[in-house]
Amino acid sequence: MTGGVDVATMEPTGIPSVIVTDPTTSALPTERTGAGRRLARLRRAGPPITLAVVVLGMWTIASDHLLQPQRRFLLPSPLAVLRIGLVDAHNRSEILHGVWSTAQVAFVGIVISIVVGVTLAVVMSQARWIEDSVYPYAVVLQTIPILAVVPLIGYWFGFEFRSRVLVCVMIGIFPIITNSLFGLKAVDPALHDLFTLHRASRMTRLRKLQLPAALPAMFEGFRISAGLSVIGSIIADFFFRQGNPGVGRLIDVYRQRLATEQLMTAVLLSSLLGLVVFWAFGWLSTWAVGNRRPRKGTA
Amino acid sequence: MQTGRVRFEGLEKVYPDGTEALGRCDLTVGGAEMVAIVGPSGCGKSTLLRIASGLEPGSAGRATTEGTVGFVFQDATLLPWRSVERNVELGAELLGVGRAERQARVADAIDLVGLGAFRHHRPAALSGGMRMRVSLARALVLRPDVFLFDEPFGALDEITRERLNEELLRIFELRPFAGLFVTHNVSEAVFLATRVLVMSPRPGRITHDVAVPFPFPRDPELRYTPEFARLAGDISRALRAEAATTASRA
Repeated sequence: MTGGVDVATMEPTGIPSVIVTDPTTSALPTERTGAGRRLARLRRAGPPITLAVVVLGMWTIASDHLLQPQRRFLLPSPLAVLRIGLVDAHNRSEILHGVWSTAQVAFVGIVISIVVGVTLAVVMSQARWIEDSVYPYAVVLQTIPILAVVPLIGYWFGFEFRSRVLVCVMIGIFPIITNSLFGLKAVDPALHDLFTLHRASRMTRLRKLQLPAALPAMFEGFRISAGLSVIGSIIADFFFRQGNPGVGRLIDVYRQRLATEQLMTAVLLSSLLGLVVFWAFGWLSTWAVGNRRPRKGTA
Repeated sequence: MQTGRVRFEGLEKVYPDGTEALGRCDLTVGGAEMVAIVGPSGCGKSTLLRIASGLEPGSAGRATTEGTVGFVFQDATLLPWRSVERNVELGAELLGVGRAERQARVADAIDLVGLGAFRHHRPAALSGGMRMRVSLARALVLRPDVFLFDEPFGALDEITRERLNEELLRIFELRPFAGLFVTHNVSEAVFLATRVLVMSPRPGRITHDVAVPFPFPRDPELRYTPEFARLAGDISRALRAEAATTASRA
């Protein structure tokens, strides 16, 4: 029912009682309460959870019943992955350490990308000629095949932390530059007029108008870059093997050892890291700029 | 009583692409005067205000504006990350008015537009009419001698528009200024103004300068009197005649 007129049961008098419902106020009372919200959330979570259970079930059947025992290492069952990869204390600690090392590199990478990317965007937004001079190189940075420059990065910066961070920055910085630049330049011309009218300096305009106006676009860039930075960090693990081993290097080691359970655990936890980072930046964005969106019921 | 003055002498505007926005315009608005400008779309009404405010230069002739300028744009042009109070503060803040003075003026302006209960709300939580009031308060904070309005209530519904017109008149009586009010709505022009100017289609020139004789304070009921209807009718006819000349030219 979408609101409007609801014809209820016939009353003894024979006159149908008509209940007029207002679509804006007729929501079920439970939807307003905390319990109602929890129920709605559960209902939303239902389908993906069911799908996960089905996939895990099929995976178990394929692994335990369809594959011959000597080929079972190709696809160990979910329970085996859980047992060997996570319940086993030694393996768990090794993988978690790897993920942590990768996360540290990715985090430093994203911070540097944000600082450098936003600075570049701000500088480019100040004059057309600066944008025209710098932007093509930002695009070139995006097209450099990382694999091809890995030896150079190694020669110049060594084969440890610094180089891993550099790979993260090279992979992750582009969306920050483009999104920030777009945000800084997309300010409503009427707002620029307002600032011109009040004789605002270039710096004031940047600080009080362009930067705050660009925040939503910037955060979108941060979020994309954060995910890319995690991928960059894992890729860098493969090439720069000195210092704390990251999860990428572990994945390579497990591949050589045919340790599929640990390999799958490492892959799953890496994805989880990417998800956490993506979600964290989404949350940060809502926290920072969420209150700008119009609420329901206002025009 | 000190108010500002706007003066155009032989003002013309041609855009770099060759578009002639304004023909020769001569106009003086000064003292406690509210001048409404009506005219067909694209006749250069807004251009006139942009030149008066210094946002754009004219191509020929002279434009002088004396006194502090308040500008109310077509859209509310609020900063969505600032509260009502902080939005109202913006103009004074940019012009370097001291904090204590600014806060007193902000409180005063917010009360004047009747948004006291919403001072901490963000624009996203306000209705279109309320957002326009914030925009009005932001200009009021500057204590303008010259007040420029670029179709500020054009996007609002009839009732809200009329109510805001009445509030604007109340403010005008309380804090007189030299006002230039651009609108498409003849009834709004007659209700607000002491003079109504009719502009021709592009390149815009001022073709009629009609005095509005109704005294202040003006009652909302004024809109329903025969005198009001007659004056509004005269201005509408003048506007239509202008449109017809262009149509025959085309």
